[in-house]
Amino acid sequence: MTTAPALDAPALLEMSDIDKSFPGVRALRQVGLQIRSGEVLALLGENGAGKTTLIKVLGGAYRPDAGTIRIDGRSVVITRPTDAQRAGVAIIYQEFNLVPHLSARENIFLGREDTRGGFVRRRDEHRRVRDLFARIGVAIDPETPCAHLTVAQQQVVEIAKALAADARIIVMDEPSAALTIQEVERLFEIIGDLKRQGMGVIYISHRLEEVFRVADRVMVMRDGSHVATRPVGELTRQDMIEMMVGRKIENEFPKQRAELGAERLRVQGLNRGDRVRDVSFSVRSGEVVALTGLVGAGRTETARLIFGADRMESGTVTLDGRRLRLRSPRDAMASGIGLLTEDRRNQGLVLAHSARENFGLPNLGGLSALGFVRGRRERDAFAGFIRSLKIKIPHQDELAGNLSGGNQQKVVLAKWLQQDCKVIIFDEPTRGIDVGAKYEIYLLMNDLAAAGKAILMISSELPEVLGMSDRILVMHDGRITGEITDPAGATQEQILELAMG
Amino acid sequence: MPLPIANARPVIRRFLADYGMVLILVLLAAYYSWATWKEQYPGGAEAAAQVSEAVGDELGPGTRVLVVAQEGARAREFADIAAAALRDRGMNVVGVVLGDPHVLRTELERRAASPDKPAAVVATREAAEWRLMHVLPERFPSLANVRVFSPRSYPWPDFLKRSNLLAIADRIVVIAVIAIGMTMVIITGGIDLSVGSLIALSAVVSTLLVREFAGAKDATAFGMVVCCLAAVLGCGLMGAFSGVMVTAFSIPPFIGTLAMMLIASGLAFILAGGQSIYQVPASIDWLGRGTSLGGIPNTVTLMAVLYAGAHVLMTRTVLGRYIYAVGGNVEAARLSGVPVRRVILFVYAVCGLLAGVGGVVQASQLQSGAPTYGLMYELYVIAAVVVGGTSLAGGQGRILGTLIGAFIIAVIQNGMNLTGVESYTQKVVLGAVILGAVLLDMLKKRRST
Repeated sequence: MTTAPALDAPALLEMSDIDKSFPGVRALRQVGLQIRSGEVLALLGENGAGKTTLIKVLGGAYRPDAGTIRIDGRSVVITRPTDAQRAGVAIIYQEFNLVPHLSARENIFLGREDTRGGFVRRRDEHRRVRDLFARIGVAIDPETPCAHLTVAQQQVVEIAKALAADARIIVMDEPSAALTIQEVERLFEIIGDLKRQGMGVIYISHRLEEVFRVADRVMVMRDGSHVATRPVGELTRQDMIEMMVGRKIENEFPKQRAELGAERLRVQGLNRGDRVRDVSFSVRSGEVVALTGLVGAGRTETARLIFGADRMESGTVTLDGRRLRLRSPRDAMASGIGLLTEDRRNQGLVLAHSARENFGLPNLGGLSALGFVRGRRERDAFAGFIRSLKIKIPHQDELAGNLSGGNQQKVVLAKWLQQDCKVIIFDEPTRGIDVGAKYEIYLLMNDLAAAGKAILMISSELPEVLGMSDRILVMHDGRITGEITDPAGATQEQILELAMG
Repeated sequence: MPLPIANARPVIRRFLADYGMVLILVLLAAYYSWATWKEQYPGGAEAAAQVSEAVGDELGPGTRVLVVAQEGARAREFADIAAAALRDRGMNVVGVVLGDPHVLRTELERRAASPDKPAAVVATREAAEWRLMHVLPERFPSLANVRVFSPRSYPWPDFLKRSNLLAIADRIVVIAVIAIGMTMVIITGGIDLSVGSLIALSAVVSTLLVREFAGAKDATAFGMVVCCLAAVLGCGLMGAFSGVMVTAFSIPPFIGTLAMMLIASGLAFILAGGQSIYQVPASIDWLGRGTSLGGIPNTVTLMAVLYAGAHVLMTRTVLGRYIYAVGGNVEAARLSGVPVRRVILFVYAVCGLLAGVGGVVQASQLQSGAPTYGLMYELYVIAAVVVGGTSLAGGQGRILGTLIGAFIIAVIQNGMNLTGVESYTQKVVLGAVILGAVLLDMLKKRRST
């Protein structure tokens, strides 16, 4: 018996000629996907390329207009999520489907409880979950409520849930987005185990360096079509980006150094709980300072203190030599500080309201007279940003929630550009955004720096941190643990070392 | 180049999404018009106007006319107005007969012999039916050429009679006015259960103040206005207090206003000593029953003004935007510099103020104040808001939608009264309507995503 799957054996999963249209949009055209047993396939593409639609067809959330799905060479019809489950497909979405108050065990068996005479056989379930966790190689008490687990642990619970349902094809949608660097390493080990057990894993991520680490083959989609599927060894980072955007990219990080001016923002001795401890730094006019570190190091918390979103226990914030009294974001905005939050959907936008209203929200002071909104002025101002930021939007009244991640981020940007802030804090400005939009945001940061703004960029993407900043601050456990004044000569390892404390 | 039509479609869809309930209101009105369609027999002033016009069209000025009506206030009103209208048209009204056929016979016997015998008789519908009227030529040969005029009947639905439409407006005014404030509160993602009790408190406080400080039955109009304003302001403060509980102490609105509902109701009972307060001038009914501007009820004017103001506030002003934003995503609103606490405080204060206005209207309509007013009104108010398409999740809803919601509820109630549906069944139907409205809303949302 040979362990390697024979090349002529039927693929574990074969989707062919999948078509799917929504009113006004052809989301998928003739897309095919193949995955063999024991293989990791990375699915790449910009937002709106059709990755999510394809996955939702596989998971039974959408019904394709045409096309076939075969598992082990046998044709299957998937019209509902339960069909997918029965066919051995499990999808782990970015937002986990876990009930926070139920324990890991209860979540894993939710809907498929092991019962006898109507009673749950807790002890059996408990044993099976322990075995599953052992198989994955993690130590989690099956009885812990999911709300008490870390994001990484919750992800493991999702994976265990898939295994408990005898899934053989596991789809992971941006699994690393909310994980720390060590947790991502652990995830890769788990994926390696799954491969050895003969599973097929479809891995969706915007982080190309992860693709090189984990994938066997890479499939690229663009505009609802299949572009290419190649073994990962045949491709460079540059190749992947160019296939995704469909054109040559000269330089992924178009950093231009602006002339540095006087000190604009000075933060001195900031404290709040154990997340922000004695943080001090300054940003000069025209300077882009990157603030990086592991998830949970206190970067976002620091930004929220500077923006007045949370109360500081002690410390001072000085802008252009004037000490600020920050009791609310309103105060910070009045002083000329803007914050683009990391969580656009929950903190940056009112999704159920129009893009124009979202744009207007922080700017109504200047777009109104005697308390009345000056509709035409608001429209004209927003129309200007739609043009200059190349926001793809059918009309100004389109709901913010219907826009793609990149366009949502541009609407948030427009909000703050209209404010004409002196200091702009970008918290993970390119998270979940496709390559094209990323590039445009980088160019915009150059422009802002050239215009003399002070920019604080919080980011976990080390290539971005190295590529786009003038200076790097690294945080660990609430403190600033290091500073790199020459990003061009620095390495990711150097940052990681500082980030680990 | 995008075609203009491409932009027009979402506009239409949005209008239907926001105001689709208009269609339901129109359908309801059409249904009840059809169901209550019947022959209308005008009486009183309406009949007098109609018949005197008919006489004026057919007979020249100077014609001698006798007005005949049976006993009764309405018949007398007819006779007086008809006589006056005929004189205005240059007719010579030779006499007015009020009474039964015997009185008429005596009068006719006297006139048949005299020179000022009438050339025409104008009679109420009932009097024209008297046997005597049909046999005039036989009984009085000299009156053979006398023509008898009486009001004609015409088909028209009971539902659409002016008096009925005014009754609907009258019934709904308190709920509709408070529903403005409730819409704002619900749009911010809150709820205010205290409005029913605030109606009672406002009615009690306003009448109590009139009784104690403004001279009871002899109170002047100015005194009454001051007392009512004080009551309204008091309710506004109670609302603001709820707002403080919700913002400063993060008490869930449901609980905070539930407590306020009990407090306000208890206060109303304490202040009124558990009794009705009726020692107020009869003229206090100017707001609730009076009319101005050519017969438009003051309640309708009040409602129109408040709705127009609230609509402008919610659609055109910065504050309106802030209210929607707070309900749509409170964190995003705060991080966009919206003064979230002040906005929430404002909507609860407005809701309290308008509940106070509702209480004053109620007191005015009933010419008294009692702690039992407004019982369960909070539920009707919330129902009007929900039927009007405002989402309880916050962030979405329209003020005019609420007005339509209030009218849908009033029309259904009124229509069921007209068609003789008993009150227990009415409750069941109303409950079903609320469920239907919410389901419709959910279906609409599901289709749009």
